[in-house]
Amino acid sequence: MAKVITEEYRDFITGNETVARAALAAGADYMFGYPITPQNEIMHHWRRLAPPQGRGFLQTEDELSAGFATLGAIISGKAAFSATAGPGTVLFQEPLTMAEMMRLPVVVVVQQRGGPSTATVIYSQQELTLTCFGGNGEGLRLVYSTCSHQELYDYTIKAFHNAWRYRFPTFVLGDGYQAKMREALQLYDPRQRGIGPIPTEPILGSVRAGEKEPLVHLRNSFSVEEELGEVLERHLADYARAAPALVEHEFYGEEGGELLVVAHGIVGRAARQAVQELRLSGRRINFFRPISLRPFPEKALRRALQQSGGAVLVAESAEGQLGNLVRLAASEEGLPDYRSFYRPGVGITAEEIKEAVLNERAVDAALLE
Amino acid sequence: MSELSMPRCWNKESKPHRFCPGCGHGLVLKALGLAVDELGLAERLIFACDIGCSLLAWDFFTFPCMQTHHGRTIPVMVGLKRASPDLVAVAYMGDGGGYAIGLQHLISSAQRNDPVTTILVNNTVYAMTGGQMAPTTLPGQKTETTPFGRDEAGTGRPFKGPETLAAVVHPQAYLSRGTVARVPRLKKMIQKALERQLQGHFAFVEALSTCPVNWRTNAAATWSFLEQEMSSYYPPGEVAPAARREA
Repeated sequence: MAKVITEEYRDFITGNETVARAALAAGADYMFGYPITPQNEIMHHWRRLAPPQGRGFLQTEDELSAGFATLGAIISGKAAFSATAGPGTVLFQEPLTMAEMMRLPVVVVVQQRGGPSTATVIYSQQELTLTCFGGNGEGLRLVYSTCSHQELYDYTIKAFHNAWRYRFPTFVLGDGYQAKMREALQLYDPRQRGIGPIPTEPILGSVRAGEKEPLVHLRNSFSVEEELGEVLERHLADYARAAPALVEHEFYGEEGGELLVVAHGIVGRAARQAVQELRLSGRRINFFRPISLRPFPEKALRRALQQSGGAVLVAESAEGQLGNLVRLAASEEGLPDYRSFYRPGVGITAEEIKEAVLNERAVDAALLE
Repeated sequence: MSELSMPRCWNKESKPHRFCPGCGHGLVLKALGLAVDELGLAERLIFACDIGCSLLAWDFFTFPCMQTHHGRTIPVMVGLKRASPDLVAVAYMGDGGGYAIGLQHLISSAQRNDPVTTILVNNTVYAMTGGQMAPTTLPGQKTETTPFGRDEAGTGRPFKGPETLAAVVHPQAYLSRGTVARVPRLKKMIQKALERQLQGHFAFVEALSTCPVNWRTNAAATWSFLEQEMSSYYPPGEVAPAARREA
């Protein structure tokens, strides 16, 4: 396989191109995709960059096909991925549940757009619950929420590795802003940073000339409840065992804080800036950004809450999807002072978060509008 | 079935199989097994079955087998074949999976000329879910959702798969309809369909089959429905791609 990125360099590109370049650098073999805004340019860039490197691309007839074809490629031992958004993420839930049941290491990049329905092609954070818990299962998935192009690059590479290592469907959860805007980032060959090839292997047999292999048959249907129960117990135990190594977060602050601002993805970036500015003006505001949404960094969040006197403000471009995760994580100790800045389907600036922190009444008034 | 007549690639650990008495699936899978044996393809084969009765074949062979979702077996095999072209991919499904919930995949795959062999079992009903109308239910045929007989006025005419696909496929694609009433002929069709995949083309075999449980028929009536009603609406034989006829 030809090297794609031979030396580190800085570039100024869109998030979608970043994802395509990261998948290429990671060593992904195949992309199956179906057009939907705002993820299209991931396909466009992959289609131009990948075939000369011996990697494949197919534009399928719909998202169901994109998802299931990705699974087919993975079953044969190839690192395959797809990308989608909005109503496409809804359709993807079907193949994703098969991946969950059969522990297939599928990677899907979700560039969130407004919802429900067709809504906007622009931006939201409304696909958190769907990405983390979609499907008729238990949400045994790995979900990374990125806040910059550097993270899009780093976590796309990491997604392939952790998908194949832990065998859970793995997501990079971006959004339309990250997809479409350009910013600077450092591109690198993962091998030069000690990251080896994606640990792929055929899941359902390769060409078996002359070899005597044990019979391999995969199924996702079971005759009795107990059969299914045993399989799920095993998967849940694997997930619980893997979780401590998979949780990731960013914390900014210290003991004695007066308030913890929690946000993820691009809103996390706005929140970080708001907190930095408030701290410069003498306020003891702490900041927490979960990077892994599944599994959720619950322990780290509880500690951050303790350091902030149990007062929290959750900001997100959705109506409490992150808020639910925060409340669940904090439920053991309770949340004496929970405030929210929910803007479903609408972007959030650092100024707005600052204002929400400074003026509790403004938040309530805005919610009543 | 005697030990001698069992295809070599049948997984004996999963026999006797799980299909109902009188069901035609066992015969279609016998035809497939014999064709694979004869072509010596077992070491390269991957078999994927749909949901519905076909899922009961999930461990039917000695080569790797898997289940997918209802209607989604074709895209799984398309992805597998494109990423790993040395494998031989067989997608196995019922008429509901291929002609209703998964029709977009069947047509699109046919139109792309994906080198995958699809075998579709036509028994005119949704059998595993309890005998509802399928795209292939014959006019006047009683099912749980057409209790007074299928009425063309509200539900249209039964779906003819190979004839429909003929309009969109590559001239070298293979399309045919066999029947479990003639297993040696069905085996030859499946063999051709596997060979056509090896030559890089889409290949599709519909197999007319039986479902006495949902048809509520005895042996004689089952055979008569297959050989008379079904075979006259769905004539067995190869179907030439329109593009080949035009050329």
